[in-house]
This record gives sequence, structure tokens and C-alpha cells, in this order.
Amino acid sequence: MNALVLSAIFGVVMMFSGVLFKKNAAIKTTGIVAMILLFLANCMEMRGIRLFQFDVSGFLAFDSYALFFNAIAIFATLVYLLITSNQMEKVGRNFADYLALIFFIIAGITITTSFKSLLTLFLGIEIISIPLYILTGSDKKNLKSNEAALKYFLMGSFSTGIMLMGIALIYGSQGTFTIDKMSFTLAAKSNLHIAGMLFLLFAMSFKASVAPFHFWTPDVYDGAPTVFTSFMATIVKAAVFAGFVRLFGGAFGKLEDTWSIWVAIMIAATLFVGNITAVFQQSVKRMLSYSSIAQAGFLLFGVYAMNDAAREGLLIYSAAYCLATIGIFAVLSKMTDYSFEGFNGLAKHQPVLAFTTTICLLSLAGIPLTAGFLGKFYMLKAAIMTGHHLWLVIFAVVMAAVSVYYYFRVIQAMYFKEGPVQSVTATRFEKYTLIAVCALIILLGIFPGTFLGWLYF
Amino acid sequence: MIALLLILIPLLSGIVTFLIKKEEGARTWSLLSAIATFVVAIIGFTCYSNTAALSFKAPWMGILNSSFSLSADGMGAMLCMLTAISFPLIFVSTWNTIYKKAHNFLGLMLLAQAGLMGVFLAMDALLFYFFWELALIPVYFICSQWGGERRIKITFKFFIYTFIGSLLMLVGILYIYSKTNSFDIAAFYNSNLPLKEQMWIFWLFFLAFAIKMPVFPFHTWQPDAYEQSPTAATMVLSGIMVKMGVLGLLRWLLPVLPLASFSWGDTVSTMAVIGIVYASLIAFQQDDMKRLVAYSSIAHIGLMCLAVFAENKSALQGTMIQMFSHGINILGMWIIVEIIERKFGTRKMSELGGIAKKAPALTIFFFIIAFANIALPLTNAFIGEFLMFNGILGVNPQISKYGLPLAVTAGLGIILGAVYTLKMARKVFLGETNHLTEQGTDIAFHEKAILGIIAVTIIVAGVYPQPLLHSFEEITNSILNKSDVLHLLKPKH
Repeated sequence: MNALVLSAIFGVVMMFSGVLFKKNAAIKTTGIVAMILLFLANCMEMRGIRLFQFDVSGFLAFDSYALFFNAIAIFATLVYLLITSNQMEKVGRNFADYLALIFFIIAGITITTSFKSLLTLFLGIEIISIPLYILTGSDKKNLKSNEAALKYFLMGSFSTGIMLMGIALIYGSQGTFTIDKMSFTLAAKSNLHIAGMLFLLFAMSFKASVAPFHFWTPDVYDGAPTVFTSFMATIVKAAVFAGFVRLFGGAFGKLEDTWSIWVAIMIAATLFVGNITAVFQQSVKRMLSYSSIAQAGFLLFGVYAMNDAAREGLLIYSAAYCLATIGIFAVLSKMTDYSFEGFNGLAKHQPVLAFTTTICLLSLAGIPLTAGFLGKFYMLKAAIMTGHHLWLVIFAVVMAAVSVYYYFRVIQAMYFKEGPVQSVTATRFEKYTLIAVCALIILLGIFPGTFLGWLYF
Repeated sequence: MIALLLILIPLLSGIVTFLIKKEEGARTWSLLSAIATFVVAIIGFTCYSNTAALSFKAPWMGILNSSFSLSADGMGAMLCMLTAISFPLIFVSTWNTIYKKAHNFLGLMLLAQAGLMGVFLAMDALLFYFFWELALIPVYFICSQWGGERRIKITFKFFIYTFIGSLLMLVGILYIYSKTNSFDIAAFYNSNLPLKEQMWIFWLFFLAFAIKMPVFPFHTWQPDAYEQSPTAATMVLSGIMVKMGVLGLLRWLLPVLPLASFSWGDTVSTMAVIGIVYASLIAFQQDDMKRLVAYSSIAHIGLMCLAVFAENKSALQGTMIQMFSHGINILGMWIIVEIIERKFGTRKMSELGGIAKKAPALTIFFFIIAFANIALPLTNAFIGEFLMFNGILGVNPQISKYGLPLAVTAGLGIILGAVYTLKMARKVFLGETNHLTEQGTDIAFHEKAILGIIAVTIIVAGVYPQPLLHSFEEITNSILNKSDVLHLLKPKH
């Protein structure tokens, strides 16, 4: 509740900060301070201190899982702002508006992670999506950015329509929007709620860019300004998965037999499409788009398995994935050449950036001692615990091995190939932040218990 | 405590090495660290025989029921000893080899040492997996940075191969964990999975180990990787790293999945035998000395794999002593290849000849090592191969009916081994000198010293292997007890 209300207020504050302050530096400082306050407010709520008291019992439930997820999302956004806000200024003139939109997206995320009624889920997803459409098109003079925004908007609206249809069908069969009041039974299977459930499955899959609903992803991620791609591909995607798990665990948990095979097939398709296509990319940015599809396949294990390991795994996976991808995008957004060759010889000219990128890539590839390994570990563990569809687990690890191919191409380019001197610059502060991110990735990989302990306060 | 030190010394000093920018300083520091590890290992394994001193246990990842548990049994101690001996020898023998940014190279080498020690000591499946990967990453960076011309592609192939293997092993570990709810090795030994499950989990584990060793047909990464890696890394790869696979078979496969190991035993043995003959035939055709040694290594490892699945005491003891001997011998072989390449600028046998006239000391050492490579009596490898063949021939007919044909075919490979090793000796060392070898000089003192240590080890272990065999006694019996399927298969009436 703290985070929801405050993020909405801070969003408005940021909008006006553009009028009040003439200098971008002041706006940036305001934004970062506001994000820190937001994080603290969320942590206070985790300890039971509520700043606001409204009765939202039918619509939202801020349980410890949701709060923990919000904490991850807000923290990741804070890191994101610290590393990339310099780049964000260069996108266009409306710097304050971008920050405002990001705060609104956080508000959407807090709703999505803690919804209790299908209506609030819809609201949350829309509050996330609409600012994203704007951010995608924020590079106004760039045709690719415009195209991406239009494409994203059209496809997004379409999937929103399907989602509403699904909600309507569910309401028709159950007579309620509240997820824990729904009483599905396998015996009384009605076509109405099966259809509704599938519509919701497809709509959520679209938002999470799960195959075969992923076709918008590469174009939109490629066309959007790199700084915003980074935000879209990480924090937003993870939040959609948190909502996904909540929806299918809460509302449709009893129907698991009907949808689990669908989800299993979608996992296989997502892993396959994401990994195999990423292998053939020539641009690192497009490779990361496909890799984000591939990572969505692993995140989807959280929906598929629906047990404690899956819930914990989703948290670790989200944190690991967000941190690592933000770290890579931070370096990428400073490059002039996005192709693999553009990274040639980076280790010589910018050893710190090359090193941090390597740690992030190792984490994405799931090498032990990084957080990414534990994320994959938990997801596989969760899937094995369910006891069926073991082929899926073996398929997933083979695909993980494929992913090593394209992640390591970047490492090879940076360390083992010669390249021209590049004009990549990073401030001292950005470098320290990146090193801190890497330290966090490794600490999370060695001592996950300390991190997950927060969940059980 | 000793176990922990064996990992911590190389790990910490490896990290420090990255910071020493001066080449001379970095070399001295890394050599000192390797010697310190060696001293700790020697003192640890000779003075303390009680398990309490050799093991270490601390809580780690409590939520997963995984603990940081290390322990040195007879086999682990032997492999740690091998690692501890090898690294100082490697550092001294490559003292004059020039590496760009030597401090990074040496730092990575020490990190690899820490990873290897961890693999040999880990008594917790998750920890084992961690170290298994950790040993690989530094080697990947070493080989792609300092290797030969085609290094990037070759090393990458090697990395992907082993990574697929280890991920499959992770699935296997997780599956057993989902039944036992603990990663402790004792829990794994007591898992008693039904035969049907063991049958396919076996392959998840076996693939990882087979790729690492490597066993035919998973060996295709190996000759290229050995050839393209800098020689120091090749020594680590072939001398020590392949033993990870054999150790995996003995510690994590046979006792954990006894029924499947028994059922698949003949299949695996057939693969191993094909590998022995096939690798020997190819080795025969090689002109590059590095590739020849690489293929001969496949044949030797194949024999160890064959012996493991014979599942009797003689074969297992032979395998263990051969792990040690093979490590020492192949290390000596690489050191000589490295010296020849540095002196004459080529590894091609057709371009060399008559080195014996110019470098008598080198030639003597080479012949001792070559004799060990073909398992002549009085060398260390003879003991191992004799015990292994004895075990394979004497295999309990209930375990395998094909002991005799397997042993005979494998023996053929060993005969071929003698042929190609002696062919190499003839082509490189004997005969007339040519324009390349004419200017040759004999080896320097420090090279004599290292090769001397290796030659002495070869002969001492060949003449008096009893202490080594004695130290494997306990662990061999315990492996055999745990993997004894015959009492499980007896009709229950």
C-alpha cells in the first residue's frame, strides 16, 4: 500500500519537477531520492508499518510475497536509474516525463503483484502498458522508435481486448471477480470458464512475451530507445510474471490439470524460439531481445510448477535476471556500434565495463556462483518436484547450454578479439554502481538464504 | 581443516596474483603458493590419518539442505596430492615460456587449482557441482586467451560440450535430491532409487563424466583442445582434469546408482573398448606430438573406464593407482613436448630427428617416461595396468560375461600404444640430425630437476607401490560394498 500510493504521488511530483527545475541534474536527483524513499516505504511495510490505511480488501492484498516482489522491482529500478539516467537524458527533451512514467509503471507493478480481483489485475496491467507505449516511442524523430511504439500499441490493445473477454467469461461462469472466491472444480468443468481461463493465459503470455505470442518483442525491444528496452525487458517482464503466478496459482490452481500441459508446451516453444533465434543474431541488442524471450521460458516454470520452490525461484530468478540484464544494457547503451564486432577489444580499453558485463553474462548463462545459476536451479528444482514432464527439464538444460553460445560470443569479442579504440565512456560513479551490481549478483549466488530469509519475516 | 586449506590457499593467492602487475613477482608468488599447497598436502596426508583432520563441514545454503562439506578419503587424497605435485612442476617447467599479461594467466591457473581441489574433496552434491563448473571457467579463459591460432573456436567447443554434460548432471542431482531432500553424499548413497529411474538417471551423470574423461564417442573436443591450449593448460586438462571424470564415476555414479551401473556396464565397457582401439589407431597416424599424446590419453582413460565397470577390487585399485600414474606420466610427456617445441619451434615428428645426439639428458628422461607410458614393468603404469587387466579378466561372470574378449581387445590397444610411442621416440630422438635439430642444446638445470622428480616418482611408484595401494584399500572396499548389486539381485526366497 505504501509503495502504491507513494509511487503515484511521486509520479505526479516528477511531472511537475520538469516545470520547476530547469536543470536535468536537479530532476535526476529528485527522481533518485524519490525512488529511494519509495524503496524505504516498501521495506517499512514489510516490517508492518503502514503509512496509509484504506479498505481495499476485496481488490488488493499486500501479502509478504507481493511486498517482497515490489521491493525487488523498486530496488532494480533504483539501480537502473543510477546507472542509466545519464543515457536517458539523451533520448529526448522530456526527461522529467520519462521519470514520471517510470513511477507510474511502478504503481502498475505494485497493483499487478498484489491484485485480488480480476479487475485490479486488468487495471495493473494497463497502468504498466500505457506508459510503456509512450516510452517506446519517446525517440520521436527516429522512425524505428515510432514504428515500434505503434506496433506495440496495436498488438498490446488487441491482447488487452482478449484479456477483458477472458475476464468477462470467467465472471459469467463464477459471478465474481475476486480470485479466492472462485470455486472451480474439475468435476463441473464448464466450457465458459475453460475458455475464459485460456483467454487470460494467452493475454498474460502476450504481455510476458511467451511464444507463440512473442512476435512483437524483438521489433519493439530493438526499436525502443535502449535505456527503455532495458526497463521493459527486465522489471516489467518480471512483474508480469509475478501477476501471472498469482493469477494461475490463486484463481485457477484447482484446474492445474487442464492448463499445465499448455504451459509446458509454451515453455518448450519459448525456450526453443528464444534460444535458437538468438544464436543467429548479429546485433547484441537484438540478441538480448531474444535472450529475454528465452529467459521468459525459464520464468514460466514458475507458473508451471506452482509450488514453494517455484515461488522462491521466481523471486531469485527475477532479481538475478533484472540485475544482470540492466548491467549489460547499461554498457550497451553507451556503445555506438550494437553489433558483436562493436564489442571487440572492449576489455583493453574499458576493463571495468568488460569485467562487469562478463559477470552479468555469466549470470544470465547460469554459471554457478552467480545469482543466475540459483534462479535456474530453483526453477529446475521446482519442475522436478512436480514429478511429471521430465523431458521438459532436460530440454530446458539443453537450451540453457545453447544460450551459452550467444552469451559467450560477447565475452569472446571483448576479451579475445582485437578491436579499434572506442569512445565508450563511463563516469566513475557508474562504474562503482556496476561493480556493486556484480558483487550483489555473486553474493546472491553464494548466500541465497540471506536474501530469501526476508520472505519469511 | 587441511581440506579447507587446500582450496583456500590457491583461491586467495590466485586472486592476489591478478593484482601483481610485475611478471617476475607474479611468477614467484604463484610458485610459492603452489609449493605452499604442496607442503600442506604432504603434511596433511602423511601426518594426519584421522578423518576429523582431513574433513571440514560448515552450514551453507541451509534452505536447500546443502552444506559446505569437504573430506579427503583415500581417492580424494591421492588426487589432491596429484594436483598439489603437478602445479609447482607446471609452474617451473613453463618458467621461461612467455605469456602476455602473465599475472592474469597465473591467477587463473591458481583458481583452476582451487576448483580442482574442491571437486576432489566435495562431499555434497551441490558443492561438487559448483566446483565442477568452477574448475572449468578459468581453464576456458586461459585456453581462449593464450592458446594457438584456432583457440577461440576450439575452446568454445570444449566449453559447450562440458557445459551440456554438467547441466545434465545437475538434472540428475536434482532428481535424486527431490527424493532424498538432501545433497549430502551419504543421503545420495542411501537413495536406493528403483531400477527404472536409475536406468535413465545413469545417463545424465555418465554423460557429464564421459565428456570430461573423455570416453568414445564424446571425445571429439579433446585432441583439438589439447593441441590448441597453451601447454601449461594442456597439462592441467590432461593430467588432472580428466581425473574428475573418473572420480565422478567412482564416487558419484557407481555407489549412487549401483543397479544401473550394473545394467549398463556392458554397454559402457563396449564404448570404452572401442575408444581404446580407435584412439590408438588414430594416434598411430599422427605427426603432431601433442595430438599423439592426446589420443594416447584417450586410450589410457578408456582402459580406466573399462576397469571401473568391472567392479572388483583389483580393477578399482588399479584404476586409482593408474589415475595417479597417468597424471604424472602425461605431465612428463607434456613437459618434454613443451621443451622440444620451445627449442626447435616445431612439434611435427617428421621435421625432427636425432635429438639424442644433442640432448642426451632430455632423451634419457623421455625414454623413462615413454616406458611408463607403455607400462613397462618397474614403471608406475605397469602396476596400474596389470591390476586393471587382472580385474577385467577376473570379472565376476554375474557382472559381465565378456571379461575375456574385452580384456583381449583392450590389450590390443595397449600393444598399439607401445608401437606408436616407440615410433615417436625413434622419429624424434633417434636417427640423423637435420637442419632444425643441429643447433640443439641440452636442457637446463631446472628442467632436469623437474624431469628428475617425475622419473623418480615413476620408478619409486613402480617398484614399491604398496603404500599407495594401502591407502586405497578402505575406499575401494567401501565403493564395492555400496555398489554390490549381486546381493540385491539374489532371488528373495
